[in-house]
Amino acid sequence: MGTVDALDTSRHAELLRVANLHAFYGESHILHGIDFVVNRGEVVTLLGRNGAGRTTTLRAILGLTGTRAGSILINGRETIGMATHEIAHLGVGYCPEERGIFASLSAEENLLLPPAVASGGMSVDEIYTMFPNLRERRSSPGMRLSGGEQQMLAIARILRTGAKLLLLDEISEGLAPVIVQTLGRVIRTLKERGYTIVIVEQNFRFAAPLADRHYVIEHGRIVEAVTMAELDKKMHKLHVLLGI
Amino acid sequence: MAIFGVPLQAMFGQLLLGLVNGSFYAMLSLGLAVIFGLLNIINFTHGAVYMMGAYAAYILMTVLGIGYWPALVLAPLAVGIFGMVIERTMLRWLYKLDHLYGFLLTFGLTLVLEGLFRSVYGVSGQPYPVPDLLRGATDVGFMTLPNYRAWIVVASLSVCLITWYVIERTKLGAYLRAGTENPQLVQAFGINVPLMVTLTYGFGVALAAFAGVLAAPVIQVNPLMGSNLIIVVFAVVVIGGMGSILGSILTGLGLGIVEGLTKVYYPEASSTVVFVIMAIVLMVRPAGLFGREK
Ligand SMILES: Nc1ncnc2c1ncn2[C@@H]1O[C@H](COP(=O)(O)OP(=O)(O)OP(=O)(O)O)[C@@H](O)[C@H]1O
Ligand SMILES: [Mg+2]
Repeated sequence: MGTVDALDTSRHAELLRVANLHAFYGESHILHGIDFVVNRGEVVTLLGRNGAGRTTTLRAILGLTGTRAGSILINGRETIGMATHEIAHLGVGYCPEERGIFASLSAEENLLLPPAVASGGMSVDEIYTMFPNLRERRSSPGMRLSGGEQQMLAIARILRTGAKLLLLDEISEGLAPVIVQTLGRVIRTLKERGYTIVIVEQNFRFAAPLADRHYVIEHGRIVEAVTMAELDKKMHKLHVLLGI
Repeated sequence: MAIFGVPLQAMFGQLLLGLVNGSFYAMLSLGLAVIFGLLNIINFTHGAVYMMGAYAAYILMTVLGIGYWPALVLAPLAVGIFGMVIERTMLRWLYKLDHLYGFLLTFGLTLVLEGLFRSVYGVSGQPYPVPDLLRGATDVGFMTLPNYRAWIVVASLSVCLITWYVIERTKLGAYLRAGTENPQLVQAFGINVPLMVTLTYGFGVALAAFAGVLAAPVIQVNPLMGSNLIIVVFAVVVIGGMGSILGSILTGLGLGIVEGLTKVYYPEASSTVVFVIMAIVLMVRPAGLFGREK
């Protein structure tokens, strides 16, 4: 398998451009003008303390918050007025913070649930090669899977769909170190295959070696952008911002 | 021959009646469960749309000369579309609110619909003939089986089983089950959940209308036929527990049979037995026999 988007004709270097994004949950104004860019094939993290608005940023990209305003371009298309399911069909895959494994579906039903949103998704066999545990557990009910298995399943099921922009929320949270390592390898493999990935992370040590760029969010605003090359120089600042 | 002093013939007769009633309970509580699962709405209009199904068949016959068999398809279709319009224009706004709002709206709608039909057709009821094919009765040895009643049981059980199969065993059903758990995430995967919600409501309503057409030849078609039934159906739903597909089918049938047997052995209690069972179940298992305890 070559790069995932070899056949894409309307290619923009910027796969995702978020500009002046505001989002609300009911009356509460959570995002206050978020700006960031993710180029094709990049891995970018959104860092920040608890409650900074990272999850809300991902949800706003998918239209899952209340009112939102500003601009979100996906592959050059404005999506701020689109319905959630239409946005998904632009090739976006979402792995939510709470993993969202459906309890009433078996592991394999969970894997097969998301419909294809673009061509070039991984085959079920490829996915089982990448996550051998899931093959063994395919007929278990979703709620019987361990935390690590649920997390792998939550990632695996969006790889089948052909989505090329993956939004992953806190995938290392609460997992044993060896599983976190496995997930790190998975992210690297996906990057090599040309996926574009936005990871929300609390675990900076997990995210730092994977990402091309980092954005730090505080109180619903981007307060710092750090490229891989600047990482050493800005480490102190990051530590202060993130409280680590 | 007799069991506990009741002649076998009479007993089987009541059992069949119980099974027929149980079939109606099953179809209606199934629709309620599917709707509640995805829409989070306690659809009180379920009785009214059941009544509308019967009237649609009656109108098709008296106005357009269209008979029972086409009506069995056309009436649920028409009433289902009516349901979808209601969903799009009214229910849609209530999903984020407490169950109570949906319940109040559908309760109000029921009063409006029943009032409309009452002002046009009065309360006395209209007869609807049994289709020629199903007239008469068959001698099956231990009893004479009225053909139409047997058909009601067969038709409704088939519809219930097909529904169960589609929901529990197909991809479409997987979307529905997943949507019942977490509609936002299902939509984030690219499925048009608002459309799925509309179609699901339409289907649940059509199921009730189908039951109404089935009922038309055995009861007088009348504006209040739904109200009389829906109270028992809600008790059935409470007993079975909201949300379980197979649970609502089995509970519906089972309670119909229990009611039938009560008519044989203790007729005085036959109209209250379901509610007594409901009270007991609520004490022992508040989430219902098949419901998940939260
Ligand atoms: N559904 C909601 N309704 C109202 N407020 C919400 C909702 N979800 C989140 N918030 C609020 O929005 C703010 C940002 O939350 P968000 O979930 O985006 O934080 P986060 O950066 O992902 O942090 P973490 O995941 O560590 O909690 C928080 O103050 C939170 O209380
Ligand atoms: Mg979060």
